[in-house]
Amino acid sequence: MTHIGPVSTGASPSEEAPVPATDQASVLAALLKRAGRGDKGAFAELYDATSARVYGLAVRVVRDPAQAEEVAQEAYLELWRSSARFDPDRGSAISWILTIVHRKAVDRVRSAEASSRRDTSYHQQNQAVEHDATAEAAHASLEAHRVRGALTSLTDVQREALELAYFGGYTHTEVATMLDLPLGTAKTRIRDGLIRLRDTMGVPT
Amino acid sequence: MSDIHALSGAYAIDALDDVERARFERHLADCTDCQAEIASLREAAALLPETTVAEAPASLRVSVLEGIDEVRPLPPVVASTPPPSRRRRVVTLVAAAAAFIAIGGIGATVWHPWSDDSSDSPSISAIDRVLTAPDAESLPTDRLDSGGAVTLVRSNSLHTAVVRARDMAPAGPDRVYQLWLMHDGEFVSAGLMPSGADNTVLLEGDPASAEAFGITSEPSGGSDKPTRPPVSLIAFDQA
Repeated sequence: MTHIGPVSTGASPSEEAPVPATDQASVLAALLKRAGRGDKGAFAELYDATSARVYGLAVRVVRDPAQAEEVAQEAYLELWRSSARFDPDRGSAISWILTIVHRKAVDRVRSAEASSRRDTSYHQQNQAVEHDATAEAAHASLEAHRVRGALTSLTDVQREALELAYFGGYTHTEVATMLDLPLGTAKTRIRDGLIRLRDTMGVPT
Repeated sequence: MSDIHALSGAYAIDALDDVERARFERHLADCTDCQAEIASLREAAALLPETTVAEAPASLRVSVLEGIDEVRPLPPVVASTPPPSRRRRVVTLVAAAAAFIAIGGIGATVWHPWSDDSSDSPSISAIDRVLTAPDAESLPTDRLDSGGAVTLVRSNSLHTAVVRARDMAPAGPDRVYQLWLMHDGEFVSAGLMPSGADNTVLLEGDPASAEAFGITSEPSGGSDKPTRPPVSLIAFDQA
């Protein structure tokens, strides 16, 4: 990990205790369908089942907890608004949800209002420290453990490029500069890293 | 593998800049390989937040559940019509006008940047002139992440363009959607969009010399330069 992640205070969210992936997928899809009909109770359930991942991602990308909360709120309102547009034939509910959250978070850090981002040199000087800080914050959840394991199957460059792009919100050209890669190769590293993560985790293609 | 195809991973995790993304989405509309790959890569990317879970503050739950009271869910997409070809095409005089009327009724909400009067009939004729111009050209519809869609028709001979927005999410309290044309990499204001989910607006400025069109959410009254990333961005082919 190349950034300081959000440090969860104490108990990891119990509502996200490991649930078989297929069960979770069908539960979330069903909740979204009910939300699309205006069922607020279903949306509250959806919130409870996803908020730790949604907020955790938002705070990881935008850093500032207050802004992360705004981003998460905007994302949930958009999810509510477009819930009837979710198509389970085109992907899982959690992928759809986190894609929207990620886009909102990236938009926030790239907007002109976010002027306090750290620069490239800071990142590169602090990578070792950040690795340790993230390790300390490691969650014991089985799924997180599996994902971390899968990430070790990536090459260092693939993993760094993927993390700078996904969690850092940087474009592939920015990532290339940050990692001293020839222009145009970071996008390949990102893609290769995602493919390896996908295949290691057994994501259907 | 073509060079643009190699952008699929960066696209899947929002690691393209706005212009690259707009170009890639035009490719994506016609590339089923990329569509399938991006779906699977997004599933993989969705695993990454498993490693960063953090307990959300209680205030977030309250604000979300209060907030949805004020937001009506969009209807599902029911049309079984095939998606429009993203291929750039020159639309004939009659077809351009007919297409726009078919999309949603040209008289529904009409506005142009120099008037707040939505019933102002001269704006209809100005919009009509663009739509019926011999060189009226409909650019591929940009489907927004928020569920809406933006279509732009331009006439280089008239040096203007019309944008039609459907199902746009509200810009937010004290905010407005602002229209932009990109000249030499800089966005120049092309007017403001009135409130409401559906609008047809005549642009200020000359799209013939522009590289791209964009829409951003700005504080009420608009901004001199975009302060947020575009919610819609349509790249023009380079001359």
